[in-house]
Amino acid sequence: MTRHSGSLPMKIALVCAVLLLFLLGAILAGISMGSSGSALKTVWSSLFQDGGDAMQSAIIWRIRLPRVLLAALVGAALSLGGLVFQALLKNPLAEPYILGISGGAAIGAIIGILLGLSRIPGVGITAFLGSLATLLLILIISSGRAILVKDALLLSGVMINAFCTAVIMFLLSITQDARLHKIIFWLMGDLSASQIRHVGMLAAVLLPCFAVIFLYSNRMNLLQVGSDLAASMGVPVRRVTLVLLVTTSLMVSATVSQCGLIGFVGLVIPHLLRLIVGPDHRVLAPGCILGGGAYMVVCDLLARVLPAQGEMPGGVITAMIGAPLFIILLRRSKR
Amino acid sequence: MSPTIHVHGMHCAYPNTPVLRDLTFSVEPGDVFVIIGPNGTGKTTLLKVLAGLLPPSRGEILLSGHPLERIKQRQLSRQLAYVAQTIADDCPFTVRELVLMGRAPYLGVLGIEGQADIAIASQAIEFTGLSHLATRPVSHLSGGERQRAQIARAICQQPDLILLDEPTAALDLAHQVRVMELLVSLSRTQDTTVVMVSHDINLAAMYADRILLLVEGRIAACGPPRAVIDERVLCPAYGCRLRVDTSPWGAWPRVNLVKSR
Repeated sequence: MTRHSGSLPMKIALVCAVLLLFLLGAILAGISMGSSGSALKTVWSSLFQDGGDAMQSAIIWRIRLPRVLLAALVGAALSLGGLVFQALLKNPLAEPYILGISGGAAIGAIIGILLGLSRIPGVGITAFLGSLATLLLILIISSGRAILVKDALLLSGVMINAFCTAVIMFLLSITQDARLHKIIFWLMGDLSASQIRHVGMLAAVLLPCFAVIFLYSNRMNLLQVGSDLAASMGVPVRRVTLVLLVTTSLMVSATVSQCGLIGFVGLVIPHLLRLIVGPDHRVLAPGCILGGGAYMVVCDLLARVLPAQGEMPGGVITAMIGAPLFIILLRRSKR
Repeated sequence: MSPTIHVHGMHCAYPNTPVLRDLTFSVEPGDVFVIIGPNGTGKTTLLKVLAGLLPPSRGEILLSGHPLERIKQRQLSRQLAYVAQTIADDCPFTVRELVLMGRAPYLGVLGIEGQADIAIASQAIEFTGLSHLATRPVSHLSGGERQRAQIARAICQQPDLILLDEPTAALDLAHQVRVMELLVSLSRTQDTTVVMVSHDINLAAMYADRILLLVEGRIAACGPPRAVIDERVLCPAYGCRLRVDTSPWGAWPRVNLVKSR
């Protein structure tokens, strides 16, 4: 997988094949391990033989499989979201969570929940509106002259995030009923309450978004070199930027409304992949989808099996891995 | 044959500030055309208007006889290439990857290059003398090498016209000459029209077929080097004392600065 060998389609195919193996391995591990501890053999027998424990097979099919598939979708969407923001804002530290896009979507989702809307599409729509609002705010802030510096964009992201957190806390504090616990757990990145039906609906939103971003991946290469240069090479810069940002917001808000705030996935995976396969977005975009999916499945697995009793939200694990990496990247980009 | 560029009565303004006023000039096919002028006089703006990156507020621009604003962006990017003054310091792509991007105007929706595109990129890399650096990231190159990589990318677009914004500004003497001779050979061998902004009047005098002197958004002079590089033209334009003589090494004019005290 060096950067210069072979043709581009070969390279894409090779990267995808390797990462697909990772993803399938992670999914298999994800459905065969858990707090009720069934082994690979049980999965095997419930998959391919009729017999086996009915209880175990219910756990695997009704509980673990939807959860693992959800994790894969969420990881893919968040990684791809990070990749798009890093390319468009020309900032290696940009990521939906760090920029506050996820926070905005969370505010929208909570408002939706408090209004008593259904998860899909009601809460999804309010989350989308929330993420668009923060996106607009970020674009307004970063289009000013004073904020061309990279750190300023991140700082304003941190501030938007702090503001979102305050609004979320405000909304929580005026919520007195049983919904409170549910909202708090969901906020921290909870993948547990997933039914296969919800996973299917999320996939119906996310998969077209993945396709759009892949189709625009070569244009992201050109945009990363510079917007004037991209325009002079035939890229309709405004339209491409708008389509990519709105698509990404849609992905992020669909993810957030389904399973809350999961941070730093969009930081870890694109950077890891860039180190291995280089900066070409035509390779990175499919790589982020498969690799991000595998990563999130593993993080969720750790969140399920690490605690001696019960489970913890998957967002805890991704933050524990991602936040230190952010600091390392920040130090490196300063040099 | 219609001129590569024909500008007639063109104005351009940013909100509340006119930048270019009533420009009329032509650039003939295959010419090396250099735009000079004091700082802040609108040279870069003019180049961006010609590249279709900024709309003029008034007037007419014809590219090979066709109105610029009616040419589709993708078609335009096959006709002209634009080389910005600098490329981002952290550009992660290798020289080969950057140069291949010049094929973008010709690619399908997925943007996957074929063998022919790769061959064209290799030729452009060879033409600019970068073969030994092809697999290096652009961010690791020196200023001169980066400039040549950008020019290779522009060549890869196979345009009739290349627009360059101060391509020699950050370069040492040897690299200035190298880049200029590269551009001249491009115009002589491939018949590519080269339009560039430069601060270096002597370099312009050596290599340009025609020079346009822009002062406060207006054309102060336009013509062959001998007509523009003249004390009576340059002294008022730049507001400083200078003497023009003929270079002892060739038949082009030479500007000599004179101490103000």
